[in-house]
Formats: sequence, structure tokens, C-alpha cells
Amino acid sequence: MDFDKEYFNLGLLDTLSYKDTVIHRLDPRTKVIATFAFIVTVVSFPKYEIAGLIPFFLFPALIFSLGDIPVWFILKKVLVVSVFAVFIGIFNPLFDTRVMVNLFGIPVSGGWVSFFSILLKFFLTICSALLLISTTSFPGICHALRKLGIPEIFISQLLFLYRYIFVLIEETLRMVRARDLRSFGKRGQGMSIFINLIGTLFVKTIERAERIYHAMLSRGFSGTIHHIKRDHLRKADFACLSVTGVFLILFRTYDLVNLIGRQAERMF
Amino acid sequence: MHMSDALLSPAVGITFWAGTLGTIAYCSKKMKENLDEKLIPLMGVTGAFIFAAQMVNFTIPGTGSSGHLGGGMILTIILGPYAAFIVMASVLTIQALFFADGGLLALGCNIWNLGIYPCFIGYPLIYKPIVQKGMNSKKILVASLLAIFVGLQLGAFSVVLETLFSGRSELPFGTFVLLMQPIHLAIGVVEGFITAGVINFVKASMPELLESIAETKALSPEIKVRKIVLAFLVIAIITGGIVSWFASSNPDGLEWSIERVYGKPELPEHETGIVALLRAVQERTAFLPDYTFKKKETHKEQETAGKEEMASAKGEEAPDSDANAWPNVEAGTSVSGILGSIMMFGLVFLIGFGIKAIRKKGAHAPNGTSYLKG
Repeated sequence: MDFDKEYFNLGLLDTLSYKDTVIHRLDPRTKVIATFAFIVTVVSFPKYEIAGLIPFFLFPALIFSLGDIPVWFILKKVLVVSVFAVFIGIFNPLFDTRVMVNLFGIPVSGGWVSFFSILLKFFLTICSALLLISTTSFPGICHALRKLGIPEIFISQLLFLYRYIFVLIEETLRMVRARDLRSFGKRGQGMSIFINLIGTLFVKTIERAERIYHAMLSRGFSGTIHHIKRDHLRKADFACLSVTGVFLILFRTYDLVNLIGRQAERMF
Repeated sequence: MHMSDALLSPAVGITFWAGTLGTIAYCSKKMKENLDEKLIPLMGVTGAFIFAAQMVNFTIPGTGSSGHLGGGMILTIILGPYAAFIVMASVLTIQALFFADGGLLALGCNIWNLGIYPCFIGYPLIYKPIVQKGMNSKKILVASLLAIFVGLQLGAFSVVLETLFSGRSELPFGTFVLLMQPIHLAIGVVEGFITAGVINFVKASMPELLESIAETKALSPEIKVRKIVLAFLVIAIITGGIVSWFASSNPDGLEWSIERVYGKPELPEHETGIVALLRAVQERTAFLPDYTFKKKETHKEQETAGKEEMASAKGEEAPDSDANAWPNVEAGTSVSGILGSIMMFGLVFLIGFGIKAIRKKGAHAPNGTSYLKG
């Protein structure tokens, strides 16, 4: 059942983010900014670009290896969510049939080129998001966002949400298991049972919120969630940010792939 | 349906991020004005509820396929629009990070599409007026069906517009609309029934919740909500206008229609007023050298050197002003492109696996050193 699997994945990503490597030790702010810059640069390539995107694979490769992240685990997750991009992108070859490139005598239409470009961009952007969360703890990201000026309420909301996802999912898991035990084939999996299940879950949730609130009050809650670990930007962070910036600009402005290709042609 | 990074242009992505961040800031300011501390844990836990509920499948009657809950409208009804928007934004953020739904740049669009419309249009303009005078289960059903219908249709339409403005997909406007809207009509009906069911369940078991929270959240009067919606529309139109200027370096979407009018992908040079201003802003803010700088480079190269090969290689990135003629990529350049790509990939893999191998060696070394370092 994919429900348990999702839950397990969430937990595994969380565990990964508490490793101790060069990448994990960087300040969360550095990683958030670098990831965002990376995504924007990748996405900024025009529709028919393929060659220019290839050098960008260096970034995920570096994070995978330096951060000691299991490659197959992330790739599987990327595959699972590729549905929408593929679904929309697959129309490109249908609507854009003009021949754009002749590859060894095989005519390739512009649509296929742009579809392939979408796939590459998809892989790079999704991969970088997953790598961000598997190299940075979620509370770390939240505090980075707070320091970058995101409103306090939204940050406490994120922290609270993250704290209680695990609790509520476990509760839901029990309820779903109970439903599945009592249902026979499709019987019992219908909407009315679902609504009652969700309704019960919701009421339980509200009651839990009340208990949490009282517990928080008795511990002196005053509206904000405090954070003990003090993050500060070190030399490594500035170095990482500037190197990333330089390489992003370099890869974006120079057609490295064609340069290398031409050199190689000359050599052979 | 979640928007995806790969289908976005940076301009569209950043514009919607700006809109979303602005709304989050606005909502948290509104909430701070009369903050009910009780709401903070409630928001957190209801967000987790949406998450948990989305993981429960159910069979949709008649079809046999299974669906899951979106939940935006339930949140809005219980928490009020401001708190609900923040909760929706947080749920989508976690989805984007942990499940990679859509991606981080597209997150701005996704929060906009799934948050703004139920919270600031569906709820205040449709649900609330219907339910205001006496609640009964029939009214709740009609109100939630209508509100969710409108919210989802607007959201789906936004996905279409965002994709079109980005110019990465070839889907024509009409086809895309016909693809998206009916799907979301079906989703909306199911979601509407579930929302009404859950709200009725809550009303039956905790009737005070629907009233007490509605009071404590103390939304500003109706007129103000209308003003907010109006403000959003204005923002949307303005950002849409800016987006259209940034839209795409390829002659499609808006530029394509400009091309039809003027016969050229660019507007005539003598621009005045707001157009010139926007262009100046664009030129100054175009830190990504896609649109202006790159094109100039291409032109210069074409004019001065006239190197056929270089121009065609660049032409692959930015089609020159003669948009109808396809970039003539010679076999030679594409071969060098492929060769280069393969070598680049090889290099990347070598670096990646090299580091991994070195790390493994390090791990086998006496444990003491690594502990000391840690």
C-alpha cells in the first residue's frame, strides 16, 4: 500500500537531512539561496535548449556525492512526480512538427527537442528541491526563511505543521487500517465511509489542537516558537555561494558543450 | 493539478512568487492585528490534517477510480480566509519539498492557484453569502459545491495562463482549456460533496466550532473582503502585463500575437509611456541574460563576423528576428553538440563517482580521525 510507503519516505528524507557532511554543515540560508538561483537559471533557458542544460548536471552530481545521498531513492521520487510535466510536454511533438535538426539523417521535429528540454529541466529542478530537503533539516530551512524575511506566523505554521504531520499520519494510518479490515473489496471504500472517516479525523484533530494549546500555555507560550541552535554564516558559506554564482553564470552564458564538442571533433 | 518548474519561465515563476509572498505577508499582518493565540496550534494541526486526509483514498462512485481530498475549502470554512491561506501555503510548501510536487519555483504559482481562489474568492463571495442566513445541510452542500467549482475552475485556468505565458509548452490555448477545465469540473464535484459532508459532520458533532471560530477569527466586514478581491484582480492584471513583457524569448504566446500584428516579433522602436518604462525596467532587471543581452550578442555576431556556424549554433537558443525561418542547425554543429553533451555527462559522472569513491575510502579509514573531525 503506497500510503505506508509515502510515510516511510517522509521519514527517510528527514533522517537523511540530519547527516553530517560538508553539504549538511553549510548554513541553511546558503542552500536555500543557491537552490533557488540554480532553479531560476535552469528554467531561464529557452524552449529549444538541450546542450546548455547538460553542464548543470554537475550540481546534483556534486551534492549527491558530497552529501552522501542515495541516488536511486531520489531518482525514484523524481520519476513518481514526473506525471504533470510529461503529460503537458508530450503535446509538444504533436503540435510542433516542423523539422528542426537532422540527426545523422533522421529528421527531429522541434516538438521533440522542446519536449526533451522540458524533461531535462524537470529532472534538474525537481532533483534540486529534493536534494535541498535531504541535505537540510526542515526546521533549518524554516529558520533560514525566517532570517530571509518571511513572516513569523508562516514560519511557526510550517514548524507546527511539520511537527504534527507525523503524529496525525500515524493516527490516520490506524484508522485506514481499521477501515480496510472491515471492508470487502470495494465495499466500504466509498465516499460516505470516507466522509465519516475524515470527519472523525477532523474532530479528533481539533480536540488535539485544544490539548496542545493548553499544554503550550502551561509552558509559557507567548506567540512565537524559539530556536536554540544559532546558525551563522561562515567562510565556507560565502565560498560556496560565490562559487555557485560564478558557475551558474558561466554555464548560462557560455555554450560549453559545443566548445568541448568542437575541440573533440578537431582532435579525432 | 500542480504546476511544474520545467514548464515555467523565470519571469512567470518569480511574478507569481511575488504575488504569493505579498499575500502571505498581508495575511500574517491581518492575523497579527487580532491574534488569537489559540489559532496557532489549530492552524498547525489542521494543516497536518489536510496532509493525513490526502493520503486516504476512496473510490469515486460510478467510475471505480480513486481520489483524494484537496481540502482548501474545509480549511477556509473553519479557519477563515487569512489563516486558511497561510495553512494552504504551508501544506504546499511541504509537499513541494518532501514530495517534489511541482518544484520550488512553481511553488509560488501553486500556492496562488490553490490558495487565493478558494480563500479570497470562493469563500467570501460564494460560500459565505449563501450560508450566512441560517445553515442547513442542503445550503452547505450547494454553497460548497459552487464555491469549490469556481475556485477550481479559476485555479485550472491560471495553470493554463501560466503555462502559456511561459511559452515552454506548444499546447494551443483552446486545447489546453478544454483539457483542464472539464477535468477540474469532475474533481470539483467530488471535492464539493466531500467538503459538504465533512462540514455537516463537524456541524453535527461540534456545532460550536463553526460558530465560535467564525466569531473569534473576527474577519473584517464583507466590504473589505470585496476590496481585497479587487486588489488581487488589479495586482493580477498588472503582473500579467509585466509578465507579458518578460514572457518568453521565443516567438510564441503573446509575442506571437504581437508578431501577427506587427509582422515582427518585437514592437516598433518608438515606444512611449508605460511601455517604454516597462522596457527600461526589464532591461535593468534582466539579470538573466536570456532576453536582451543574448539576443544582442547574436545580432552582433551575425553582423560583424558573419560566421555561419556560430550564428546557427546560437540560433538554437534565441531564434533571430526572422522568426519564420527555423534555425538552420547544420549537421556539423549538432554532431559537435551531441559529442560535447556526452563528454560533459561523462565528466559529471566521473566527478560524482570519484568523490563517492574517495568518501568511501575515507569511511574505511580508522574511525578515530572522522570522529575527531566531527
